[in-house]
Amino acid sequence: MKIAVQEAPFDFGAEATAFAQGRHDMGAVVTFTGVVRDVDGGLDAMEIEHYPGMTQRALEQIATEAMQRWSLGDVLVIHRYGRLEKGEQIMMVATAAPHRKDAFEAAEFLMDYLKSRAPFWKKEHLRDGAGWVAAKDEDEAALDRW
Amino acid sequence: MQVLYFAWVRERIGLAKEIVDTQATTVMALVEELRAREERYAAAFEDLSALRVAVDQDLADFDTPLAGVREVAFFPPMTGG
Repeated sequence: MKIAVQEAPFDFGAEATAFAQGRHDMGAVVTFTGVVRDVDGGLDAMEIEHYPGMTQRALEQIATEAMQRWSLGDVLVIHRYGRLEKGEQIMMVATAAPHRKDAFEAAEFLMDYLKSRAPFWKKEHLRDGAGWVAAKDEDEAALDRW
Repeated sequence: MQVLYFAWVRERIGLAKEIVDTQATTVMALVEELRAREERYAAAFEDLSALRVAVDQDLADFDTPLAGVREVAFFPPMTGG
């Protein structure tokens, strides 16, 4: 299990390759990466704040729960903080499992929990001002299916 | 006890963290003490449904007891991922 909370960019391809390497008993590797998007063409940057004392442990707890609930060989979570420009990668998760169903489901579980149970807060810096991104009800509701 | 604020809670109060000398026995009692301090605290804690709390770096409820607790953090619902 690898959990990284970092300001620096990461190399999605290199991380995915390293994660998948040498796993002869794993038939499925699922990866997901989240990217800073500019929906209305007015975004300058995304600022991500986090709770340094808590973040690493919260991510470890979420990843550990995924390992317990699905048949997984390994889990990777990388989440960035600080100021990110549009198009930059914010975070990634990867799961390795003997079968794809476990790998896909666990990756979705990780994403759903990262969204509303890991102590990160996004602030959008727009051309005409800045504002905190509000949590969505549907993100909270997404946890119910697990 | 160390009290931390994040995101718009931090901005509204104007502090990232502070040491609070309190006899409050629950998170809710601590919130009431902070609210009574100044308008900026009252504003930040006006709507508790818009706030989340962590006690010693674990997500918790507002009725969590504070006996032996070293750190309490207040923040809006998280927006990771």
